[in-house]
Amino acid sequence: MEPLASSRRGFVNFLLGSGFGAMAVWMLYPVLRYLIPPKSGEATIASVPVPWKPAEIKANSGRIFKFGSQPGILVKTPAGDLRAFAATCTHLNCTVQYREEKQDIWCACHNGIYDLNGKNVSGPPPRPLEPYKVNVKGDQIVVSKGA
Amino acid sequence: MPTSLAELAKILNAWVDERIDLSGVRELIRHKVVPVHRHTVWYYFGGMTLFLFIIQVLTGILLLLYYRPSAEEAFESVQFIVTEVEFGWLIRSIHSWSANLLVATMMIHLFSVYFTQAYRKPREITWLSGMSLFGIFLFFGFSGYLLPWNELAYFATKVGTDVAGQVPVVGHLMARVLRGGDDVTGATLSRFYGFHVAILPLATTAILGLHLFLVQKQGMSVPPEIERSGQPLRTMPFVPSFLLRDLVGWLSALAVLGALAAYFPWELGVKADPFAPAPAGIRPEWYFMYMFQTLKYIPAKIGPIDGEVVGVLGFGLGGLFLLLVPFLDRKTARGEKSPLFFWIGVGIVTYIVVLSVLGYVAPGGK
Repeated sequence: MEPLASSRRGFVNFLLGSGFGAMAVWMLYPVLRYLIPPKSGEATIASVPVPWKPAEIKANSGRIFKFGSQPGILVKTPAGDLRAFAATCTHLNCTVQYREEKQDIWCACHNGIYDLNGKNVSGPPPRPLEPYKVNVKGDQIVVSKGA
Repeated sequence: MPTSLAELAKILNAWVDERIDLSGVRELIRHKVVPVHRHTVWYYFGGMTLFLFIIQVLTGILLLLYYRPSAEEAFESVQFIVTEVEFGWLIRSIHSWSANLLVATMMIHLFSVYFTQAYRKPREITWLSGMSLFGIFLFFGFSGYLLPWNELAYFATKVGTDVAGQVPVVGHLMARVLRGGDDVTGATLSRFYGFHVAILPLATTAILGLHLFLVQKQGMSVPPEIERSGQPLRTMPFVPSFLLRDLVGWLSALAVLGALAAYFPWELGVKADPFAPAPAGIRPEWYFMYMFQTLKYIPAKIGPIDGEVVGVLGFGLGGLFLLLVPFLDRKTARGEKSPLFFWIGVGIVTYIVVLSVLGYVAPGGK
């Protein structure tokens, strides 16, 4: 009768073990889901007016503006063109800035450099900055996605 | 009636002993010895790291009393601590400086254990727990760095969490879980605060407990070269000889900490602004500098893969190598000489030192 007894013991142990195992999963699942933050309810923004008038911005300069919750950069080239890009560096997410003396867009974090078309020309950035469309309507500059 | 303090202690001791048998503890204290040889000096760095950790716990608890973990108030509350609260500047400065010294002594401890091959059988679990603590303390440093919510910390956290986001397959989810959302925001601050004051301390308590228990249980490792020399091993009693020497080290560390905190109070910088460009001259804490500098040098694309992905995988592999070294280094496990692992260690240390120095002296700023 020994084998029967031990197989019974084995069966009970199996039930106990798998029961606790299932309970662990059952408790862990909500915790793991809890740790993943919910998607933000913020609507994706298609265009924003920037808070400056075209005349205020001097040539060869750049400014950061709010594009929804993200920073954008508005650049006035030395020739006087207005251009806008997402200001988030494509390397590791830092915010870029305009360098007047070198006339380029620069990321201070890892020395990434973009030209005034937003193209990555030097350093580690793997992709160009996302370009935005710039419309000047009278006194207002409106920047929108999808250039 | 007891007539002196010593007598009172004796009576108390007897009272406790009658209820809980203390003979085991007494035996342990009487018999614990530390090997004496020409590498004995390295034994002090683990205890030094522990001492600095205790300082972190104490000063951290004090900072908790005034700190407020939100994007609106964090910077102001730290400013309040260092400008208004009496000795607030001292507590905060000691916390920051001690964190840095702790990482330094921890690295010395790690590499001295590596080079004396103390990770070999039977101490593999001690090594694994030590490497876990290494990771935990780096994460302590990373999460604590954000808490003052200043400009440097804000961008360091953007970069650091984005680095985690580069890990193939799970990276994006990891970055979101770390940030508490898609971007570094007040939600990230709440989360890092939770890591820094609850989750990491809990993990440390458990793993440090195991680490210290194993060191107690197995005693100090003697380097293989000393074992092989066949000379009789000298030892010193842990109590009081080693403990008193430890104490000298701890008091010196305390003096250095006090001097650093008083003469070079930790700066607070300017408040984080998500709509300001990353400032020129931005850089992480020195112990992340070699990674930071490496990321600057890796080209945008290596074949079809983004450069930073290669960098992140490289650091991951390096960490994995260190973690698994007790199981990779078969020669040391067999009691033979293991020059390959010695030179790999030299290579890793050289890489870290050279890239860190370059981080401070190489051009590449504005």
